[in-house]
Amino acid sequence: MDLTYTPKQQAFRAEVRAWLERHTPARPLASFDTRQGFEEHRRWEAELDAGGWSMVPWPVEYGGRGADLLEWLIFEEEYYRASAPGRVNQNGIFLLGPTIMEYGTPEQKARFLPRMASSDEVWAQGWSEPNAGSDMAAIQATAIRDTDHYVINGQKTWASRGAYAHWLFGLFRSDPGSERHHGLSFILVPLDSPGVTVRPIEKLNGKAAFAEIFFDDARVPVEHRVGEEGQGWKVAMATASFERGLMLRSPARFQRTAARLVDLYRENAGGCEPSLREKVVECWMRAEAYALETYRTVCRLLAGGRIGAEASLNKIFWSELDLAMHEAALEILGVRAELLPEAPAAEGVDDWLDGYLFALAGPIYAGTNEIQRNVIAERVLGLPRK
Amino acid sequence: MDFTFNEDQELFQSTLREFLARECTPEAIRARWSEDAAHSPELWRKLAELGIPGLLVPEADEGMGLDEIDAVLLFEEAGRAALPEPLIATAAVASRMLAEIGDRALADRWLKRIAVGEAIVAVADPVSPFVTDADVAHLLLLAHADEVHAVDPADARRVPQPGNDPSRRLFSVSFVPGEGTRVAEGEPGRKLWADALDRGALAAAAQQIGVADRLIETSCAYAEQRHQFGKPIGSFQAVKHLLADCKVKLEYARPVVHRAAHSVARGAADRPLHVSMAKLAASQAAGSAARVALQVHGAIGYTWEQDLHLWMRRAWSLEQAWGRDAFHRARVAEAVLAEEARLGPGETFGGGA
Repeated sequence: MDLTYTPKQQAFRAEVRAWLERHTPARPLASFDTRQGFEEHRRWEAELDAGGWSMVPWPVEYGGRGADLLEWLIFEEEYYRASAPGRVNQNGIFLLGPTIMEYGTPEQKARFLPRMASSDEVWAQGWSEPNAGSDMAAIQATAIRDTDHYVINGQKTWASRGAYAHWLFGLFRSDPGSERHHGLSFILVPLDSPGVTVRPIEKLNGKAAFAEIFFDDARVPVEHRVGEEGQGWKVAMATASFERGLMLRSPARFQRTAARLVDLYRENAGGCEPSLREKVVECWMRAEAYALETYRTVCRLLAGGRIGAEASLNKIFWSELDLAMHEAALEILGVRAELLPEAPAAEGVDDWLDGYLFALAGPIYAGTNEIQRNVIAERVLGLPRK
Repeated sequence: MDFTFNEDQELFQSTLREFLARECTPEAIRARWSEDAAHSPELWRKLAELGIPGLLVPEADEGMGLDEIDAVLLFEEAGRAALPEPLIATAAVASRMLAEIGDRALADRWLKRIAVGEAIVAVADPVSPFVTDADVAHLLLLAHADEVHAVDPADARRVPQPGNDPSRRLFSVSFVPGEGTRVAEGEPGRKLWADALDRGALAAAAQQIGVADRLIETSCAYAEQRHQFGKPIGSFQAVKHLLADCKVKLEYARPVVHRAAHSVARGAADRPLHVSMAKLAASQAAGSAARVALQVHGAIGYTWEQDLHLWMRRAWSLEQAWGRDAFHRARVAEAVLAEEARLGPGETFGGGA
């Protein structure tokens, strides 16, 4: 055990920091759940990509730097430290990209990865359906083979970034007689295809964050299937694995929120009830614990270890931490907590309210926390399924 | 950056685990409870053969010359077995203190005897009025303001204070401080007591991790075996989710404790903060595991006859040892809310400096 950074890791941090100091936009971009903000974020992604910083863990040939997972954590720490913009193409770069890297053909890698890294093409994900939420194996949307095409019918919903994205990846039933997790295929669908209708859904804050997507005889070439036909479940599970979780929700995100929460408390401590002090400090400790556990796990992976169902532990931990931090912030803000940023009396409320509304989704998306607790109980603790 | 233990460290851990599973059974612990002292000279002698009391004693003094990173997994095992021995004071605190007091004659007199298992040392917990295991100690390290006094137990008045955990024997100890007993004062004395607190709290936190692990394991086994409504109670989501939450708390406390061990071993500047974070996280993990374990066991867990309370009592009494939660919470708050605190992404290992 040696919890110090190597000179190489320190040099990497310095390089990331220097680049971000020069390039990070001085003012926050508009929300990427608006058309204008979506395009602003795509321009930022293109700039990141031009500097070679879009996806540092990717191999050099796809626009990355071949960084290891520790360097990835360092990159993320610097990225959040710099308050750089949110990643509009996170479904692509964090989830689909690694999946294509693992299961894709050479043609698919060359076709999709570079344009993903530059956010030339932004991705939405298509897992949930009206009748397949927590029970994802209940998927009904079909992709029926017609020689060199799949004909897609059905409906996907809660597709994050779906309102403005260019492509969707998702699971479709390619064997119409199949049940549950059998007979599914993992297919990439251009959202401007004939037969595809995108209907944006406003989320709790009124912004069009996700969409429901209808497929009516949409035709997709078989080359857009990732992995074998009927093996889609296995491919999708890889997308949900630990490393992808580490990409999507690295500790730096929560440590930044925790540090902002401490600042907010310091500025407002005089007007706070005494119990808030304890809550704020507790939140900060939990964010540190999340970072420590992530470093520990990454070091185990780098030493050749494997991570399985334990990944379910982290989903519960970060989602509940994020909610607790935002709840504490709103308590500190007191009567101003309900104000939107444009309210004249809203000085200092920052984006805590919007962050709170988003944090409320954390225990629901990416597998509800109830499902995660079942996974921990059955697959980590070994309790009986029935 | 390497946050893993090496093969030697893991091998030592599994050796101790197997040893304690054999030697420190619930029956053996209950036998100690009915005795005058929780400490068993025979078990202590066997532990000394493994090198446990002298883990941190320098090799020159016949100890193992290891550090807190090596020791932390072993203290976890002591917790897993609910070992009722004076491990924290003698092995984690006194051996370091005696080497650091700077009195070579004192060190010569005691370190070797600790390493070979012949001497037990009781150390005053700087934030508690009680001294643990003062009855079986051969030497008492006691405080008088900032001073450290090495006191012959025969010269101290030791009044038993029976408590909730018969594995933790508490005493009020009074003595007459004098030139003959004083071994450190002033700034060195303050530093010795501050270090003693951090080392004791780290060892207690590691034991709490082991206690939590064992309570979860025992409860899962019981939930699988106990049937109601024609099914194992562990198949009900209400039970599953209680245990899953305990597991989450435990796994996010473990690395906090391991990092604290690293900070103590390396003498890091943030050591008091890291130790307090560790003690709090481990205390919460053990406390909630105890609460849930009792709930999962139901009425049988509420009996004296069932062994569950051997670990529940450890969870409760270790919370009291080397700084209660309120003490450590205040210490963390002071550090985190300080003007000069460096918080946020990249600061966990001082990377942003």
